Amino acid sequence: MKQSVIVIGGGISGMTAAGILALQGLDVTLLEKETAIGGHVAHWDRLFPDRKKASEVLDFAMEGLKKVKLVTGVTISGISKHDDGFTVSTSLQDAGCGMQDANTTQLPPAADHDSLFTASAILLATGFDLFEARKKEEYGYGIYNNVITSADLEKNFKSGKAILTHEGKVPGRIGIVHCVGSRDEKVGNLYCSKVCCVTGVKQAIELKELYPASEVFNFYMDLRMFDRHFEELYYEAQQKWGVSFIRGRLSECSENPDGSIILKTEDTLTGSPLKMTVDLLVLLTGFVPAQSAKTICSMLDLKTGSDGFVNPADSHTKNNLSGINGVFLAGAVKGPVSIQEAIADARAAAALLAGYIKSTLVND
Amino acid sequence: MIKFNLFVLPFSLGLIYIVYSIIMHYYRWIKALPALDKVKLSTGIRTPSKVFASLKEIFLEGLIHRKLWKRNPLLGYMHMSFALGWFLLIVMGNLESRVYHGAHFNAPYYPIFLKFFIHDRLVLFFEIFTVPAFFRFMMDFLLLFVLSGLVLALVKRKQSNWFGMKQTTRHSLFDRVILTCLWLIFPMRLLAESYTAGYFHGGGGFLTQNLGNLLIAVTPGPAELIAYFFWWSYSLVLGLFFIMMPYSRYMHIPSELLLIVFRHCGIQPKKWGSAFSDLEVYSCSRCGVCIDACQLNFAAGINNIQAVYLIRGQRDQYIPENIALTCMLCGRCQEVCPVGIKVDSLRLIKRREIGSGQVSDFSYIASSHPGFADVVYFAGCMSHLTPSITIAMEGLFTAAGVNYLFLDRDGSICCGRPLMLAGKDKQANELMEFNKTLIRQTRARLLVTSCPICYKIFREEYNLPIRIQHHSQYLLDLVRNGKIPLQSQHRKVVYHDPCDLGRGGNIYSAPRELLGKISDLLPSEKECANALCCGGSLGLMNTSVQSKDEVTRNALHSLLEHEPDFLVTACPLCKKTFAKHSGTEVKDIAEMVYDAIP
Repeated sequence: MKQSVIVIGGGISGMTAAGILALQGLDVTLLEKETAIGGHVAHWDRLFPDRKKASEVLDFAMEGLKKVKLVTGVTISGISKHDDGFTVSTSLQDAGCGMQDANTTQLPPAADHDSLFTASAILLATGFDLFEARKKEEYGYGIYNNVITSADLEKNFKSGKAILTHEGKVPGRIGIVHCVGSRDEKVGNLYCSKVCCVTGVKQAIELKELYPASEVFNFYMDLRMFDRHFEELYYEAQQKWGVSFIRGRLSECSENPDGSIILKTEDTLTGSPLKMTVDLLVLLTGFVPAQSAKTICSMLDLKTGSDGFVNPADSHTKNNLSGINGVFLAGAVKGPVSIQEAIADARAAAALLAGYIKSTLVND
Repeated sequence: MIKFNLFVLPFSLGLIYIVYSIIMHYYRWIKALPALDKVKLSTGIRTPSKVFASLKEIFLEGLIHRKLWKRNPLLGYMHMSFALGWFLLIVMGNLESRVYHGAHFNAPYYPIFLKFFIHDRLVLFFEIFTVPAFFRFMMDFLLLFVLSGLVLALVKRKQSNWFGMKQTTRHSLFDRVILTCLWLIFPMRLLAESYTAGYFHGGGGFLTQNLGNLLIAVTPGPAELIAYFFWWSYSLVLGLFFIMMPYSRYMHIPSELLLIVFRHCGIQPKKWGSAFSDLEVYSCSRCGVCIDACQLNFAAGINNIQAVYLIRGQRDQYIPENIALTCMLCGRCQEVCPVGIKVDSLRLIKRREIGSGQVSDFSYIASSHPGFADVVYFAGCMSHLTPSITIAMEGLFTAAGVNYLFLDRDGSICCGRPLMLAGKDKQANELMEFNKTLIRQTRARLLVTSCPICYKIFREEYNLPIRIQHHSQYLLDLVRNGKIPLQSQHRKVVYHDPCDLGRGGNIYSAPRELLGKISDLLPSEKECANALCCGGSLGLMNTSVQSKDEVTRNALHSLLEHEPDFLVTACPLCKKTFAKHSGTEVKDIAEMVYDAIP
């Protein structure tokens, strides 16, 4: 009999893993809470460091899903573990809950009622949520019209609409704020979200490409250009595009009557307080543990760290194992990762899971 | 004939020592008072109303322990039985001794050991209405009263929750030794008097006589010698108690009397410490009521820094820095203190010792003339982190047609209170001078602030010649005067009292009245003077974020019990602190009012 696997989460990790598992000849069901798969990548325009189109990455992952049973628009209402695997019950998401996006791969929901799925193993790829920028009230998101998040900016890039201020003007001066909701004990998140630094550099370049005459300022604590080609991108931003980098955490913003934003910060390299007006402010919001993963974790009794992300059985040697036999982990469910890392991690998890199923068969 | 026996010596020596010691302490405290306070004291003790008020408080708090009664009847009774019972024993014993001794002066030990010297014959039933019989009854009754308190005190060691206390003070070895002495005094007296009454077949009351008869009947051996042994024991534990008392927490008994008089004479604690604060330290009985009130204790598990331990450190002339710095200065402990000790000011005195050495440079502050207005609005730096509040306030000023000036729109000069909470008063004073100049220059007649932290320091330290209001008071005035039309949104809200506005500023009703007009205000478990701190306190100097988070989550759990639509507060710091953990939207009262304009 063909062995079945359930992948929970239809973002880039879940899609990649599901593809590999299907390739191994397994019967794969992919469950996704949104009405479309693709996760956060589906809302992104271009990716660092090579500016590859996000849609191309998604299309590649979609290729592998031909033999995968896709069930979208469902939430997990229960998971029970028994001798030969798991039973997962799902219920339909409330209508209108799913995000709609023009370029997302649209699929009719495979589930039109509450269902039960059984599988020998589960792969958890529930990903992350973006930090709710309103929690950082002093930055004025949701209060001042010209404060947006990096995700908002990316959607605008993707839609091809002109990037203008709320008043309809070309922004002459743009501020990009790093570490919004990351490395910030005041909002309860001590960890680094990893991808925002390079995203800030990438978006700065893209804004300069769009408006060469505009000034772009990045406000950072550290620039963590940890991966291949990131440092080059940072150099390019400074040398080719003249993007300014100011080391100082933004303390607060206020709004001028014309809608422009006054920033109060400190240039910690010169040690002087700094006040500056920008026409558009972009907040690089970080990762937070997915709300939807919390209930799944409690159903499976999975351990989370103090940061709320799921702890693997071992951070070095068993980083795709959950500690519960038959439950595997992939991607940002374990903490912030780049898309490149998520894909690699998903493949590793899929390989382990396939091996697990084969060894179970041998044992039988 | 002078009645004397050697066993009275330990008591007598102890008594001489404690009386001398109390006189010396009183002398030292009064002598150390600043000149102005001395004048207040000498005027006060010649003002009948103040003397009467002091005596009344001494009676109600020192003897009856009214505040403890209100807290928990069992706890109140226990303390009352010791204090009032012992006091009446002394008074009644003295009166009784006069029945047997006509002299104008009795040796002080005479009433205490009266039953050793005087042995009445057995009282017949009809003699019950005689004067000696009355005293015998009363003395036994009072002894029983004190002993009932002793039994309760023993029960409290095991079952403190029956007395309304979850945790009690962890006492030092010395405190436990003197406590044992105190607890032994009354059983020793009971045994000494009983054996004597039993041996002489008379002289005891309903308790000592019957117990004495029983003891003589059941215990073999020379009854007179056993009685004598207990008289010695009684005198020894009394003497020991008195000798140890000046070095123990029981100095609170004489100290509190003077403290009450000082207070009624209008003497206040001083910033850098004074005889008044020293007297407060001596007045702490270490009852431990402050421990349960402390959120760092019950929410974050930090149980070694509470008021009782701070004050004990002060008595021992050594306060570890973490005790002085680990405190939210929320004021909950001084709210429940039965002695009314101003614990926060004691802690700040210590912080000033720690913080005064550091130097700051404010030369970068440049200020220009702010302009003129009727009302000057000072949002405060915390409100700049919650722009919804400043936007609402500006909208409300405009809607009410007020000629206002937003003094710190363009970046504020700190009000100085965060520095003061860190014990850096000198630096704070520098900042205050900048602000005072700016505020005066506006020629406004009213200062409105959105921040209770600023409000408290404006009122208490600035000495401004103008009226100062927190926005919750000011908005209520505007609404009452019909300047802002409001329409209730009928949303369920819970109001959180910010520490500096409630306990710190005594403003409880204005925000509630205001919210009552625009929403459906729900009650919460801990309100007003009993309200919880949000955990964001600027006073907390060296505690982990995790501990603060635990305080916040615990407070939210209590506040959100009735599932309101909004959690409303009147402090930008409370708002920000709660927003970090709250699933329910947190709003400032100004935002609520602004949203209620039709």
